[in-house]
Amino acid sequence: MNKEKMKAYWQRNLLYLVVLLIIWFLVSYGAGILFADALNSIRIGGFPLGFWFAQQGSIYVFVILIFVYVSLMNKLDKKFDVDEKE
Amino acid sequence: MDVQTWTYIIVGTTFAIYIGIAIWSRAGSTKDFYVAGGGVPPLANGMATAADWMSAASFISMAGIISFAGYDGAVYLMGWTGGYVLLALLLAPYLRKFGKFTVPDFIGDRYYSNTARTVAVVCALFVSFTYVAGQMRGVGVVFSRFLEVDINNGVYIGMFIVFIYAVLGGMKGITYTQVAQYVILIFAFMVPAIFISIQLTNNPIPQLGFGGTINGSETYLLDKLNGLHEELGFAAYTDGSKALIDVFFITFALMVGTAGLPHVIVRFFTVPKVSDARISAGYALVFIAILYTTAPAVAAFARTNLIQTVSNEKYASMPGWFSNWEKTGLLTFTDKNEDGVIQYVADAEKNELVIDRDIMVLANPEIANLPNWVVALVAAGGLAAALSTAAGLLLVISTSVSHDLIKKQFAPDISDSNELWVARGSAVVAVVIAGYFGINPPGFVAAVVALAFGLAAASFFPAIILGIFYQRMNKEGAIAGMISGLGITLLYMLIFKFNLFGDTTSADWWFGVSPEGFGTIGMLVNFAVSITVSSLTKAPPQEVQELVDHIRFPRGAGEAQNH
Repeated sequence: MNKEKMKAYWQRNLLYLVVLLIIWFLVSYGAGILFADALNSIRIGGFPLGFWFAQQGSIYVFVILIFVYVSLMNKLDKKFDVDEKE
Repeated sequence: MDVQTWTYIIVGTTFAIYIGIAIWSRAGSTKDFYVAGGGVPPLANGMATAADWMSAASFISMAGIISFAGYDGAVYLMGWTGGYVLLALLLAPYLRKFGKFTVPDFIGDRYYSNTARTVAVVCALFVSFTYVAGQMRGVGVVFSRFLEVDINNGVYIGMFIVFIYAVLGGMKGITYTQVAQYVILIFAFMVPAIFISIQLTNNPIPQLGFGGTINGSETYLLDKLNGLHEELGFAAYTDGSKALIDVFFITFALMVGTAGLPHVIVRFFTVPKVSDARISAGYALVFIAILYTTAPAVAAFARTNLIQTVSNEKYASMPGWFSNWEKTGLLTFTDKNEDGVIQYVADAEKNELVIDRDIMVLANPEIANLPNWVVALVAAGGLAAALSTAAGLLLVISTSVSHDLIKKQFAPDISDSNELWVARGSAVVAVVIAGYFGINPPGFVAAVVALAFGLAAASFFPAIILGIFYQRMNKEGAIAGMISGLGITLLYMLIFKFNLFGDTTSADWWFGVSPEGFGTIGMLVNFAVSITVSSLTKAPPQEVQELVDHIRFPRGAGEAQNH
C-alpha cells in the first residue's frame, strides 16, 4: 500500500477513535460522575438519572460504542482494500 | 434435599465438566499452549474472555460492595466495563495484527530490547500474582462455607482442579473450560437475581425491577432504600459518600487497568483475524454487561432485604442463614445495650451488627428464602468465576517464564516440545505459589484486585498505547516509563495501603487520591516520563518504524503470526 493511502486510512481511523472516545468520556465521567448530582433531579421511573448513568446507562452505551466501531472499521478496511480475505 | 447435598452434586458435576473439557482439548504444541492454536471463534473467545475477566471479585464481592457503597459502587461498574472500550478501540486489533504470544513479547519486539522485555515480564508477574492471590482466597471463602471443609483444604481442592486443566490444556484447555465456566457462572448469578426481582418488584428483569416499585405499593424501591438509609444514619443510597475526585480517579484507574491486564490482552491473540479481535471484545463486553448491569440491582435488593430482616428485630428470632454465617465469623452481633434487639445503624458506637461485604452475594438466596438448589448453584458459580480467572493468570505467569525468559533470553535454541515442558513446569510452580497466597491471604479479595489494576494501569497501558500510536517512541522511553510508573504506584500502595512506613489515614493521601485510584497518577507519570525520555534519545531503528506501520492495518495478520 502506498504512503498516501496508508496515511489517509490511519487519519480516518484516528478520527473514529476520537469521536467514539469523546462519547465514552461524556457518558461515564460526564453523566455518571461530574454531572451526576445535577442529573439526579431528573428521574426515569424510579431512577435518578445521574445514578442510572453511573450504574446502568454507561454500560449499555459502552457496548453500543464497540459495535459501532466494529462496523465503521470493517467498512473502512474494505474501502481502503486492507481487509482480510477469508 | 439439604444445601450440603445439593452443593456436592452441583459443584461435583461442574468440576467433572471442567476436567472432561481439559482432557478433550489438551495442548499438543506451544502454539496450542500459549494461544490455543490461534483458531478460537470470536463468540467463544468473547465468552472465554468474560469468564477469564469476571473473577471472584466480580461474582462474590462486587454486588456486596455496591450494596454497602450505593452510588459509589459506580467506580467498579463503570471502571470494569469501560476498559473494554479502550481495549477494543486502542489495543486488541493492533496486538492481534502483531500476532505474538504475550504482552512482554510485544514490548520486547516493539522496543527492540531484552531489557524492556524483562521489565514487562516483571510487571506481568507482579500484576498476575497480586491478582491470583485474591482468586484463591475467593475459592477458600466459598468452600469453607458451602462444603464445610477447612478453608485451607478448600484452597487445595481449587489448586488441584486448576492444576489439571491449566497444566494439561494450556490456553486451549483454558479457553474451552472458560466457555463452560461462563455459562455456569452467569446462570448462577441470574437465577437468584431474577427470583428476588420477582419477589420484591414483580418484574422478572432485575435491571428494570431495580427502578420499579415495591410489590403491592406505589413506592419506588430506590426511594424506599434511600429512606431506610437516612433513618439509620447512612448517606442516601443513590448519592454515595466518596469525594468526586476520588470516584473519578478510581474509575479511571480501573478502566485503564482492565485494558492493561495481561491475561485479558492475551485472549485477543487467540482469534484468527484482526476483525475477529475487534468483534470479540464487543462480545466479551456483552457477556460481561449481563452480569454487570444485574449486580447493582442485586445490591439494592440485598440491601433492602437485609435492612428489613435484621434492623430492630429480635436476635432470637433471626432466620437460619444468620447463625450459619455467624459460624464463619463473617457476620457478628454484639448486643451493646443488652436489649436482645439488633441495632444496625451508621453510628459505630451504637451499631451492633458487623457484616463482611463478601457474604452478600453468597447469602443473598438464603436471605430471600430461595430453594436449596439455588444456594448450591451460587456456590458453583462463585467457584467457576474464581477458577477461570486463576487459570488465565497462571497461564500468563507460566508463559512469561517459559517464553519470554527461557526461550527469548536464556535458551533460544530450545525445541518446541522442551519449551512446552518448561511451560508446564512453570505452571506447576505458579499453582503452588498461588495456593500459598490462598492460604496466607494478603488482604481482602476486592482490595487486592484493585491493587493489581493500579499496577497494570501504571505499567503496561502507556507502553502499549505509545508503541502503537507514537511511532517515535523508543526503548529508552518505554523502559524508564514502565519502571517509574510501576515504582511510584507500588511505593504509594506500600505507604498508604499497607502502612509499611507507619500508620496513615486518608488525610495523608497525595492530592486526596486513594490508593485504589493512584494507578491513574502512575499512568500519567509513565506517559510523561516515556515521552520526555524518548524525545531526548535517538529515534527507534527503521525496521521498528516499519513494524509500527505494519500493525496499523489489518491485512496479513495470518502471516504475521508465523514469524
